[in-house]
Amino acid sequence: MQDGLVDALRRALAPDRVHADPMELALYARDASMISGQASVVCFPLDGAEVAAAVRVCADHGRPFVARGSGTGLAGGATPAGDVPPVVIVTTKMNRVLEVDAAQRVAWVEPGVLNLDLSRAVAHLGLHFAPDPSSQQSCSVGGNVANNSGGPHCLLYGVTNPHVLAVEVVLPDGETVLLGGVDPEPDGLDLRGVFVGSEGTMGIATRIAVRLTPLPPSVATLLADFPTMGEAASAVSAVIAAGVVPAALEMMDANIVEVVEAYVRCGLPTDAAAVLIVELDGLPAGVETETSLVSKLLLDKGARSVRVASSAQERESWWKARKSAFGAIARIAPNYYLHDCVVPRSRLVDVLAEVGRICAAEDLVLGNVFHAGDGNLHPLIVFDRRVPGVLDKVHRAGQAIIEACVRAGGSLSGEHGIGLEKRDAMPLVFSAADLEAQRRLRDAFDPLGLCNPEKVLPRGGSRCGDLADLPAGAWV
Amino acid sequence: MNTLEAFADLVGASGAVAVEGGRTQWSLGGPADPDARLVRAPSGVVSHEPEEMIVRVRAGTPLEELRAATAEAGQFAALEASEPALATVGGVLACGRSGVRRLGWGPVRDAVLEVTAVDAGGSLIRAGAPLVKNVTGFDLCRLLVGSLGTLALIAEVVLRCKPLPEVERWWRAEGADPFGVAATLYRPLSVLWDGRCTWVGLAGYGADVDDQERRLLRPSGFEEVAGPPPLPGGGRWSYPPAALAGLPGAAGGPWLAEIGVGVVHTAAGDPPFDPASHVRPAAAAPSAFQPGPAHQPALAAIHRRLKEAFDPTGRLNPWRSPLRSLPPQASR
Repeated sequence: MQDGLVDALRRALAPDRVHADPMELALYARDASMISGQASVVCFPLDGAEVAAAVRVCADHGRPFVARGSGTGLAGGATPAGDVPPVVIVTTKMNRVLEVDAAQRVAWVEPGVLNLDLSRAVAHLGLHFAPDPSSQQSCSVGGNVANNSGGPHCLLYGVTNPHVLAVEVVLPDGETVLLGGVDPEPDGLDLRGVFVGSEGTMGIATRIAVRLTPLPPSVATLLADFPTMGEAASAVSAVIAAGVVPAALEMMDANIVEVVEAYVRCGLPTDAAAVLIVELDGLPAGVETETSLVSKLLLDKGARSVRVASSAQERESWWKARKSAFGAIARIAPNYYLHDCVVPRSRLVDVLAEVGRICAAEDLVLGNVFHAGDGNLHPLIVFDRRVPGVLDKVHRAGQAIIEACVRAGGSLSGEHGIGLEKRDAMPLVFSAADLEAQRRLRDAFDPLGLCNPEKVLPRGGSRCGDLADLPAGAWV
Repeated sequence: MNTLEAFADLVGASGAVAVEGGRTQWSLGGPADPDARLVRAPSGVVSHEPEEMIVRVRAGTPLEELRAATAEAGQFAALEASEPALATVGGVLACGRSGVRRLGWGPVRDAVLEVTAVDAGGSLIRAGAPLVKNVTGFDLCRLLVGSLGTLALIAEVVLRCKPLPEVERWWRAEGADPFGVAATLYRPLSVLWDGRCTWVGLAGYGADVDDQERRLLRPSGFEEVAGPPPLPGGGRWSYPPAALAGLPGAAGGPWLAEIGVGVVHTAAGDPPFDPASHVRPAAAAPSAFQPGPAHQPALAAIHRRLKEAFDPTGRLNPWRSPLRSLPPQASR
């Protein structure tokens, strides 16, 4: 059975782009999450026709398949899971920017184009691709589409969905279809909007039309340090309540500031309990008005100081610090578990305190580095997995954090997605009828159930969530 | 009686129903089945939380009521209709059509954070969350926006709010280049063109708008007007924005085009371009990746499976279909 599958894939693509040796398979057994699965074959198509051919082979053999971009996902969305090891279809070789229409601010790209490469490719036109996940140097646009990815600047510009105009998709039966369009009101249901964020369960994107955003004429970046997390969190609410929507509003706690400052050395206040980075952009007069308003609000709410970046270099060094937090954290311990929950902004103070208590009770080191402006928490638990019993503690704390966020009126994921990681927690926020409606939607795209199975929706209806309840064949 | 549960009971589990809003886009997607029982969604703004920038509103609420409720706290939700006293939140979302400020505000689907709807079995289902950022679960919100009430009936939504701009101002000029203006202004609210006149809307801080006016609009002959022009009401068409440059030679009667967006409003009921030629109009830059054929069998198949899965007896808004190339089926 397996031999027939591999041979058919080799005929459909090329022998050197279909791999089945154990070493290679092991590399694709998981994404950047801690959840491993088992791949049966890994293939590397060069274009949409090859993706369609590979998917048709899977359909003919009744084999599940999983699309994978750069593999930077944190929720197990690209982990090959299930009783039957799936075929992994990797899009990294499909990495061309096909066309840029500067006048209409649209680019057609292949899914393997890296997020930051796209922005760099259009920077000379005064444009950029607005979604900017911290992994933007390595994550792919196709992965952004699958996960409806966010990033710091999504506070003003929105997550990936509004920036995707059209997607050419190979459906789970191997048919190719164009969802959406560069025209504003394509015929039919908004299947483009449904596909973006479907975590690879509704087909594989092979060409994507993205909206490009003009670079702002004026930018001001503010850095404020606070003596307590609570004061920083209340400053966040004050800024939003004042009617200002910053381009980005990020928070780092003392643990994070300490490690990133040691790594980047950009003059962050290492004695602060919390640091806020507030970025304001737009036309000059508005940026000036908001800079003085926000500075005053931050000071009123207890900031010890507010600095405005005096140069592009200084601004970039602060962003480098913010975005390198996940690498720099290795100074504390070799492993980390990065969570992703959303809460109403007005509950940030309580929930941050609760998350701190949860981790303290399990004797775990916690860092917080997150998108405070939209209530998107990223508790970062740092640990050494070689310590006996530590994984149990990490998972217990993770489950408690999710439950605390949901109790505060929050949701399971702001930008990382559900994947395998939070699949079984879905009943915490949705009723059985809600989940059934989502299942109907997915099944309309994938009647055979072969396209990234096991993801997003819990298997057995509305059981109450248990993070450790993973599908057969997956291990943490 | 104005509760979601009462609406679910009203819809029930059997018999054809058609949902009625303000009837401002009543014929979109086909006529209502005359034998269908008419139902109306509950109405009223439930709560506006300015510090969370969200508003919870029942689907039967007129846009004007929503505008007034959010404006009290200096915010707005980006839904727009030409008759805001009549058009309802649920109706605008079910139709999925934006107004003339789409260039600045974005499409209506991007304003929706949570939807509670009544399904074909008469049960309430919910998708999304009352949070400005959330990727938990599949996006039923975007599925229902523009679905013409054929999959489930929208009962209540949570919408994203934005701060009201300090000013919103409009200008008009004869003979100006609408594409040049749209390219030089920073994130304009609206650029409209009827082949002779160009209208521009800007919103933001007063000093920034003044500056754009002085540098970019006055030199091209723009003069301030009260607001956008009335829309020709005969037809509404969707084109790649680059194709709009070909309009003057192609369109027969009066029209108004949304530059940078691609919506064209016509006085006549006929499309301004030949549907076949709009795929790659001569005036637009050649492109290898313009929209594919209008009729895609695989697309129709997904629509059919969705309808069968969400409304197996075809009782929700029979005679209507969001996909023009897929004729609706009579209810069973």
